[in-house]
Amino acid sequence: MAILKKLALGAGLAALLTTAAHADLTGKVIGFSQIGSESGWRAAETSVTKSEAEKRGIDLKFADAQQKQENQIKAIRGFIAQGVDAILVAPVVATGWDEVLTEAKEANIPVVLLDRGIEASQDLYLTSVASDQVKEGRVAGDWLVGTVADKTCNVVELQGTVGSSPAINRKQGFEEALAGHDNLKIIRSQTGDFTRSKGKEVMEGFLKAEDGGKNICAVYAHNDDMAVGAIQAIKDAGLKPGSDILVVSIDGVPDIFSAMVAGEANATVELTPNMAGPAYDSLDAFLNGGTVPEKFIITESKLYTPADDPQGEYDRRKGLGY
Amino acid sequence: MQPLEPGRAVLEAQGIVKTFGQHKALDAVDFDLRAGEVHALLGENGAGKSTLIKILTGAYQPDGGVLRLEGAPVTFRGPLQAQDRGIGTVYQEVNLLPNRSVAENLFLGRQPTRFGLIRRKEIEAQAAQVLAAYGLDIDVRAELSDYSVAVQQIVAIARAVELSGKVLVLDEPTASLDRNEVERLFDVVRGLKARGLGIIFITHFLDQVFELADRVTILRNGRKIATQDLAGLSTTDVVRMMLGKDVAFDHHPSGLGESVRGAPRVTFTGLGRKGGVAPFSLSMHEGEVVGVAGLLGSGRTEMARLMFGIDTADGGTVVVDGAPATIRNPAQAVAAGFGFCPEDRKIDGIFGDLSVRENIIIALQAKLGWFKALNRDEQIELAGRYAEALDIRAADHDMPVKLLSGGNQQKVILGRWLAIDPTFLILDEPTRGIDVGAHAEIVRTINRLREEGMALFVISSELDEVVAYSNRVVVMRDREMVAELTGENVAPDAIVQAIAGTLPAATPIAKETQP
Amino acid sequence: MTRPTAELRPSSSPPAAPARPVLAFLARPQFLALGVVLLVNWLLFPGFFDITWKDGRLFGSLIDVLNRGAPVAILAIGMTAVIATKGVDLSVGAVMAIAGATAAVMVTSGQPAILAVAVALGVGLLCGLWNGLLVTALEIQPIIATLVLMVAGRGLAQLITEGTIVTFTDPLLIFIGTGSALGLPTPVLLALGLMVLTTLIVRRSALGLLIEAVGVNRSAARFAGISAGVLLVLVYTFAGFCAALSGLIVAGDIRGADANNAGLWLELDAILAVVIGGTSLMGGRFSIPMSVVGAMIIQAMNTGILISGFSPEFNLVVKSGVIILILVLQSPMSASLFQRRIRAVKSEGGQP
Repeated sequence: MAILKKLALGAGLAALLTTAAHADLTGKVIGFSQIGSESGWRAAETSVTKSEAEKRGIDLKFADAQQKQENQIKAIRGFIAQGVDAILVAPVVATGWDEVLTEAKEANIPVVLLDRGIEASQDLYLTSVASDQVKEGRVAGDWLVGTVADKTCNVVELQGTVGSSPAINRKQGFEEALAGHDNLKIIRSQTGDFTRSKGKEVMEGFLKAEDGGKNICAVYAHNDDMAVGAIQAIKDAGLKPGSDILVVSIDGVPDIFSAMVAGEANATVELTPNMAGPAYDSLDAFLNGGTVPEKFIITESKLYTPADDPQGEYDRRKGLGY
Repeated sequence: MQPLEPGRAVLEAQGIVKTFGQHKALDAVDFDLRAGEVHALLGENGAGKSTLIKILTGAYQPDGGVLRLEGAPVTFRGPLQAQDRGIGTVYQEVNLLPNRSVAENLFLGRQPTRFGLIRRKEIEAQAAQVLAAYGLDIDVRAELSDYSVAVQQIVAIARAVELSGKVLVLDEPTASLDRNEVERLFDVVRGLKARGLGIIFITHFLDQVFELADRVTILRNGRKIATQDLAGLSTTDVVRMMLGKDVAFDHHPSGLGESVRGAPRVTFTGLGRKGGVAPFSLSMHEGEVVGVAGLLGSGRTEMARLMFGIDTADGGTVVVDGAPATIRNPAQAVAAGFGFCPEDRKIDGIFGDLSVRENIIIALQAKLGWFKALNRDEQIELAGRYAEALDIRAADHDMPVKLLSGGNQQKVILGRWLAIDPTFLILDEPTRGIDVGAHAEIVRTINRLREEGMALFVISSELDEVVAYSNRVVVMRDREMVAELTGENVAPDAIVQAIAGTLPAATPIAKETQP
Repeated sequence: MTRPTAELRPSSSPPAAPARPVLAFLARPQFLALGVVLLVNWLLFPGFFDITWKDGRLFGSLIDVLNRGAPVAILAIGMTAVIATKGVDLSVGAVMAIAGATAAVMVTSGQPAILAVAVALGVGLLCGLWNGLLVTALEIQPIIATLVLMVAGRGLAQLITEGTIVTFTDPLLIFIGTGSALGLPTPVLLALGLMVLTTLIVRRSALGLLIEAVGVNRSAARFAGISAGVLLVLVYTFAGFCAALSGLIVAGDIRGADANNAGLWLELDAILAVVIGGTSLMGGRFSIPMSVVGAMIIQAMNTGILISGFSPEFNLVVKSGVIILILVLQSPMSASLFQRRIRAVKSEGGQP
């Protein structure tokens, strides 16, 4: 079972990786301070970071901060004291990092930020690996614009948690993509708090309010979980998700791929859990060749549709802890 | 502080009346305090001591009567104003800020400042100087909580005197002090007396009254009983005045005494609790009222709490109607047929928001259990029956019991226990704080219940009342049962002597009686 | 303190009007509030009251309100009993997550669904028992005692699901969340059934009175021979059971156990529902049906906001504004004004 899992993982990673791995980090000790395990995506990021390290022969020290900055600072100080070769941090908040990162800098330990930025002097970290959330929204919007072509299309939007940066950015990117295409209109937009049950509840309300769903041509969800909830609401209302109402969302979690297999979802934009791959690559280049990487490494925002072997994508992701 | 002329009246109260709802807490009470005297204020719970103090210190406004400060009529709009006019108060619980320095506590709220800044050095020097006058040589920069309660108490006194300077009210200041600390405090108080302050001293330690005070005023049931020089008074006199006669009761029904008592219903043997009450043995018989006498804090309530399982006894046995019983909580006591009307009605007795009807049936319902619910008709019938029997005056039985007067609430609680048809009923101060009519009603009810064959255990501070319904009286002193009075000795004089500890040989308790 | 006027009231004018209990029941500010919220919803969305029959069940926004409100209503039923004892249970949201996670993991690992449901409910009972023991045996304040499980419980649920959303296709669990019978969604039937059953049990037995007595004055309850400890353990255990049932519904609804989000903050909605229903946080008098009405007011408001088309930034502002309004409406002062009006109206038109 474990071997099978590993094989599947390896196959998945081959596709996820953009750069081939070197063996040059073999034996290096890297500390990883993770935020916690608040979502499936986070769990997948943790497991990919670990497996990527294993593949490269890195001795990864993992610390789970359980959503607390003080735990992260403690973990980083611990890594410094152990004299690790590099530190990865997925920062829980944006501020309050100057002191501990200065300590790391003074100890000559490079720090790489994963998936979230911080408000601190840029010379305190080597690089930051993150996705471009605005671009994710734009990719989703572009797909919808291209798919409906000239037809009139009323879109309903399921926003993330009000005020959160992914909600703001993914909304902005999507609106940018729709700008200038007057046949597409966002007729309703509400928050589904990034959860399945709220996504379902909000969609249920939208369907009722829009003539049982007959007015709605597409639903855009800021994450896949809300889309999965919305799909159920559409089915409960007696409509066919994927054809009566198009479903486009962001993240690329396994369940959206199984929905695609069933023909109930149309597109998702991947937020890769493999932030560690590019991070390791840049550390490799820096530690072994002295090459200073770019300050902001942006991961790819890849679009997946039912044409992209959803069953295969599902299988590849299933073991990652989503 | 200007020196005060000794002997002159510094604070006077004339005809003070204070009413809460229907209850007259103070009824035309006179009081006068002279400069350079320690004046003790005595009375049992509910006598009106604390109400009077609150009026003298501005916390309450009197409904009638006049206050005079150094001869001139005054009205205090609040404690701060009384304090400004010269009346300082120190409570049992030190009322200062434990985590501030001694100096800050002394001058809190009136620190000498320069340009709005507190001048710490100056304060500290001044504080050390002030405290030296009270025989305290301590580091005034240390936190108040670093020092013992006695020192804190003296700091509080110093603060009160410095702030006010004419009258000092000491409300149970010695309750948490040991003997040496009490001496030290008394030295301070004597020093202040010599400086011409008028000092009001409230305590329930009679020996301390005799040691420190010059005069005493005794309150009972909201009325002043006497103001006298302590010289020439005996402990017995004071106890008699505190517990004396208020309401005229019917005289002893003839034949009341041991001869009429029936079979023992409840027997406690060696029941006691460390820190509560020393082990005692007592048997209550059918058709018998055992009265309990003793001053506040003598252990009488603790005794009742042990019997009812509210406090768990360290040892001892209970026999109910000839069979051994285990009573470790009130539910077991109720199951054994015990009832208990507690002293503090409001806290331990009534369910304020529940209706009169529910308050009456609740103990019976608790005894019946969860699933034998009394239906509405049964509840109405029970409530009606006991409301009538006890003359409970309520517009209807669905109204919240908290809207009733104290006397009617007391009758509701009594009705609650009568509803379970108890074998043994404990009444702790059943007539305290209720109007005269309800008072007489309750005494009549006690007599009637005895005649019907119930065994009762009644705690009361009113000796005439105790004598009116008791077959026997047990006397408590210093958390110990010190005497059991029967026959001729069930009389106010004998009881007072037993409480004061001067009873020659009135059936002293043989420690190892009872099997 | 005592109030002499009460006894002077002539006993010939009974304040309660038992002749028309239904009217008296409906003449409460909560029903007025519910009516107003529903009316506003209708103004915002004219099809709000439309109900159609489709696929053997009722469809419509009103049914959605009932259906979506059911989990909080069920929580509120348990919470009412706890609050009546002057306690509070902050852990119910986390217990929902635990129960959902337990059932989902069991069915996905091949256990029979009926067993999964039973175990999930059992786990809820155990969680409640834990809370009850902390409150009674260790005498920890309820808010702190249940905070322990509120925090730890969600972690426990995450451990059970290993941090993922465990999806399932088990028909029984899905039926609990989204099925229907007698034309009504299963969650509505469960909430309704639980409400009726619980109300009957507490009012036909002595439990209701004894719970109220403990809540009004725990010390007096002890003196009156009521075993307060056993009662407290019972109400917390019951609240745990309600939370588990609610957790099963929420999981069944999305066909998955989302340990991170299931029941998140719902304990606060449940407390609010109870308070809106008129049960005081100071304990004492309680009404389970009114708490359910409170839950429905909250949900009607949520649904109204969803269909109103307001931007989501307004959600919380609107919600808190309406809640303040409701609480003012049922404050003692306005309640007495309200009752007086009703009585006046009744005495005018109520003569046969």
